[in-house]
Amino acid sequence: MILVLAYCSILFSFVSCLPALLIHQRRNINLLALSRRWGIDDLEDPRIPILVRQAVFGLLGLSGFFAVLAGLGALISNEVFTDKIGLGLPWLPWQVRFDNLSGFFFLIIGIAVSAVSIYGPGYVSAFEEDKHPFAVLSLFSGLFIAGMLLVLLADDAFFFMIAWELMSVASYFLVAFQHDNPANRRAAFLYLLMAEIGALAIILGFGVLASFADGFTFDALREARLSTAWASIAFVLALLGFGMKAGLVPVHVWLPEAHPVAPSHISGLMSGVMLKVALYGLIRFCFDLIGEVHWQWGLVLMLVGTLSALGGILYAMMQTNLKRLLAYSSVENIGIIFMVLGLSMIFMAQHYPQLAALGFLAALFHAFNHALFKNLLFLGAGIIHHQTHELNIDLMGGLIKRMPKTSMLFLIGFMSISSLPLFNGFVSEWLAFQTALQVDVIDNGVLRSLIPVAAAALALTAALAAACFVNVFGIMFLGLPRSRHSDKAQEITDKGMLIGTALLASLCFLFGIFPGLMIGLINNIAGQVLGASLPDGAKLSWLHLAPVSAEQASYSAPLVLVGALIAAGICFRYLRRSPATVMRRAETWDCGFGGLTPRMQYSSSAFTMPFRRIFAKVWIIDEQIKKDSQGAMDQDVAAIHYSLQIQDHSWPRLYQPIERTVNRTARLVGRIQTGNIRTYLGYSFVTLIIMLWIIS
Amino acid sequence: MNWLLAILQTILFVALAPLLAGWIKKCKCRLQNRKAPSLFQPYRDLLKLTRKQPVVSDQASWIFATSPYIIFSAMVLAASIVPLIAVDLPTSANADVIVLIGFFSFARFFLALAGLDIGTAFGGMGSSREMTISSMAEPAMLMSIFALTMSASTTNLSFAIGHVLHEGLVLRPSFIFALLSLMLVAIAETGRIPVDNPATHLELTMIHEAMILEYSGRHLALIEWASQLKLMLYGVLIANIFFPWGIAKTIAPVDLSYGLLAILGKLALLAILLALSETLFAKMRLFRVQEYLSFAYLLGLLGMLSHIILEGAR
Amino acid sequence: MNIGQLDFYTQAVLSLAALVGLTSFLMLGQGRVLRLIFVFAVQGLLLALTTAVAAYSVNIHHLYISAVLTLVLKVFFIPWMLRRLVLQMDMHRDVEALKNNSAVMLGGASLMVFSYYILHPIVQTSSLVMLNALAVSLSVMLLGMLLMISHRQAVAHVVGFMSIENGLFFAAVVATHGMPMVVELGVAFDVLIAAVLFGIFFFHIRTSIDSLDVDKLNRLSEVDK
Repeated sequence: MILVLAYCSILFSFVSCLPALLIHQRRNINLLALSRRWGIDDLEDPRIPILVRQAVFGLLGLSGFFAVLAGLGALISNEVFTDKIGLGLPWLPWQVRFDNLSGFFFLIIGIAVSAVSIYGPGYVSAFEEDKHPFAVLSLFSGLFIAGMLLVLLADDAFFFMIAWELMSVASYFLVAFQHDNPANRRAAFLYLLMAEIGALAIILGFGVLASFADGFTFDALREARLSTAWASIAFVLALLGFGMKAGLVPVHVWLPEAHPVAPSHISGLMSGVMLKVALYGLIRFCFDLIGEVHWQWGLVLMLVGTLSALGGILYAMMQTNLKRLLAYSSVENIGIIFMVLGLSMIFMAQHYPQLAALGFLAALFHAFNHALFKNLLFLGAGIIHHQTHELNIDLMGGLIKRMPKTSMLFLIGFMSISSLPLFNGFVSEWLAFQTALQVDVIDNGVLRSLIPVAAAALALTAALAAACFVNVFGIMFLGLPRSRHSDKAQEITDKGMLIGTALLASLCFLFGIFPGLMIGLINNIAGQVLGASLPDGAKLSWLHLAPVSAEQASYSAPLVLVGALIAAGICFRYLRRSPATVMRRAETWDCGFGGLTPRMQYSSSAFTMPFRRIFAKVWIIDEQIKKDSQGAMDQDVAAIHYSLQIQDHSWPRLYQPIERTVNRTARLVGRIQTGNIRTYLGYSFVTLIIMLWIIS
Repeated sequence: MNWLLAILQTILFVALAPLLAGWIKKCKCRLQNRKAPSLFQPYRDLLKLTRKQPVVSDQASWIFATSPYIIFSAMVLAASIVPLIAVDLPTSANADVIVLIGFFSFARFFLALAGLDIGTAFGGMGSSREMTISSMAEPAMLMSIFALTMSASTTNLSFAIGHVLHEGLVLRPSFIFALLSLMLVAIAETGRIPVDNPATHLELTMIHEAMILEYSGRHLALIEWASQLKLMLYGVLIANIFFPWGIAKTIAPVDLSYGLLAILGKLALLAILLALSETLFAKMRLFRVQEYLSFAYLLGLLGMLSHIILEGAR
Repeated sequence: MNIGQLDFYTQAVLSLAALVGLTSFLMLGQGRVLRLIFVFAVQGLLLALTTAVAAYSVNIHHLYISAVLTLVLKVFFIPWMLRRLVLQMDMHRDVEALKNNSAVMLGGASLMVFSYYILHPIVQTSSLVMLNALAVSLSVMLLGMLLMISHRQAVAHVVGFMSIENGLFFAAVVATHGMPMVVELGVAFDVLIAAVLFGIFFFHIRTSIDSLDVDKLNRLSEVDK
């Protein structure tokens, strides 16, 4: 039954490809007869594009709805469903398995897709049909979502890889959707390249496992008994492959290139959901297929995660393009998730399965939360772009008065992502700290001293994230408008776009206040995957969250909310009693000089200047100040030009050397291509001789 | 009964905060050979501010007007979970020390936004600096908490204090480091000399004051009160975790009054210490703060390491 | 055994050990020569205190003599001498800009973890709790070495060298309750001689290359660049 729901959701996402495509190809297919029956006589009727959009997104919405149902069903029933589909290789039909873990990720995808399907019709109406046909967008969106869902269902390596490639390739076309800009094509190509290298690493990883097993079904792979060395090789390959998709530093470079150029709802899906599918792959590979984990792997995961978290947020802070910034912040959040997952692995390998379950829970809950708020922020960025035609935050400002509802949604997203109490981001980060604080049980002294350092890096990350998003919100929404576009901006009128975004925002708040709802479900997954879950009594009183025991730590968001409301209410009531103290509006204090202009405000690069100075080595900073001088002895400065360019270290340090080596080897290999026919004959001859010699 | 006591304790906390500020001022004045204002001057200031008409910039949005309430209630919440005169009160289960840090960052988030809201250079400058300093301070704070919780193995403040009380006087190297580190962090987070000077309005040096430059009337009163509360919170945290002796373990009136006396004495001593250090040291440059806080982090790290190396049970 | 169950003196020794470690870190991050020498003196003082407490705790009398010796030599004499030298050569206003200071500090912290890792098997076999401080003494030695590597002033090198000796001495106190008296006296004498010799060398280096920056010694290289 639950499996049927899952199939339904995949089916609907496939079907959603069709309507727009049919209309697009209407000249080839005789639709007239059909359309007459619907009461539409003229196929060029302007209502048709609207209808088609609503149909496509309605189908996507159904797909999301069924995905949520299937996911919830699997999580609540706590069972494993298996099935076979008679497709694929003759001797290996596609194996399907739907367990808690898949269900959880189904839920994530379902929520995201539902929100996007409400948001979508309004958003895509802005695209010009000639340049960016909707049929293409809908085709690949449907394939992309179906691919992600199929990855979660796959129970053999072939099926997994086919679904994985479907997801990757479809998302490539989505990134390249606005292909008229050469930069977008370049970004899309980079994305495809890295996705394929990653896929290659995953295939090799499966290959290593399969060589110790009979067959490619996951059941067979689970049975495989690997030596530590081979298991480690498989782990490294999987980490590389899935890490490339997830965007871990230093293989994150495609993320900040690809996410800004895709349409906003797609970048929301890619950032919020597709990265999670990579996370799913790694969890499935390490915890489920390999089975026995080693603490060294956990350490590697933890270090890579910490590096990604710190690097991601520091790079994010320096961006002025909103979507690029959000993409880098995804790197940060993925880093946090992997770090906590690494902790969980360490605890697992040191035989503390309950603590491992705690870390696992924190990692998955953060993945869930990140999907919510990152999707929310990308959708919000879409709204901003829709209304102001601008993504550069340094050209915004004062939007809170012009777009009050959007700004509220953004505020909620930013508060969640900065992990402030009462919002969902805080709960998962709190759980991560609680996991790290349990380090004292570990025997290994080096681990005991490294984990707190990583936790301190996590604290630094959280604080930097708060700084980063204070900056973004302050520059975008507060103060005076910095450009005409933002001065003229108006609140969005499309209800769907607001509702889709608001749905995610309300979920952020809901799970911030009642995290127990979700944590109880995730606990089942830990039970199924790790074989251990948190003790029942401590965690799940709906009021208090006490992951280990009430003596060690507890957090009660509902009570905190009530307390905050009471405290704020009392002083609000009390202080505003007297009518003599009604608030008075006046001009801003301008030090007596008169005339504050928007140019006098702090810009985002000014705001982040102290960070640039303190962490100077993290970036390649090219800061130039040019002065136009005039007058006698060039003493009067007429104008000052300031330019700031900030680059990632990974390009010159990692990618360019690789690029150079590849080019050099290519040139070397190219030398055997002489163009002389007799040389080629000679090659064949030598090959023949060697073959004969080998056979003998 | 317990809930009532918890609420009373919170109210006491909130009510005592201006007194502590007044006492620090008094000590500082004495040390600098000045005539001190009355101990109750902060109360008078707050009262005066609430009676004035608040003037708000016409550029400001709702963030500016609501931030003081948000900041103040975050601090009140923080006060409700820190044991002042008695441990084992029900509110302490609502949140642990990490949530406490969360409350602080909640308040800071809105304070920084309020600074950016009016669109002046001062506000942005203050917000930028405040966020910089706090992001340096947060890892240091967590490190010292780690050094503490590794021996107490709890982040719940009430239980941690109970643990220290139960163990009696033990000279732990990790606690020495954690104490030093926490003191440095507290000075940075509450904006005292040498990190920030609460009495200055010079644009080169101000941090906290730059953000709240536009505030007036009851809004200013709330923000001032909140920062006094924050100072007291850190004071109580240091006093009660490292020197918990005297805190009431039961809710008998005798114990409670002893607890009150004990915390008043401890806070008075800490305040003298703070006044002394503010008199002795000068404010440092903004970019020296980073070194100062890395030192705090190093202390926390050493505390954690010395717990592992020197106090190792294995 | 948990530290809470130990007697007060052992706790004191361990706490002092931690503080000795702290002074090593302080020296590492110090760019001013005079403060460096002051911190070195503080380290000597802590060492003398540790020795005295240990002597009281385990009731070995010759450790008192060591403590007094440390006090006289490392707290008063050598710092005084170095200070006089620095003042004479008028270098007390030089501030060395330390590059990569935070990296060096983190490196120092990882050295501490490393020495704990190295010594853990040895410490675990013994029931002597004071032996836990052995890792600290090793890290004091390593940090002294790091101090010499990361600083360029010759005076800092001398202080680094002396702090290596401090580490050795500390190891002897916590591991074996001090070396035999003869050895200890000999070492103390050596250190004294070394300090005097360094002083003479300083003058020579100074007169020949007009600086005490050890990087300038590169010019003495025979190889043509």
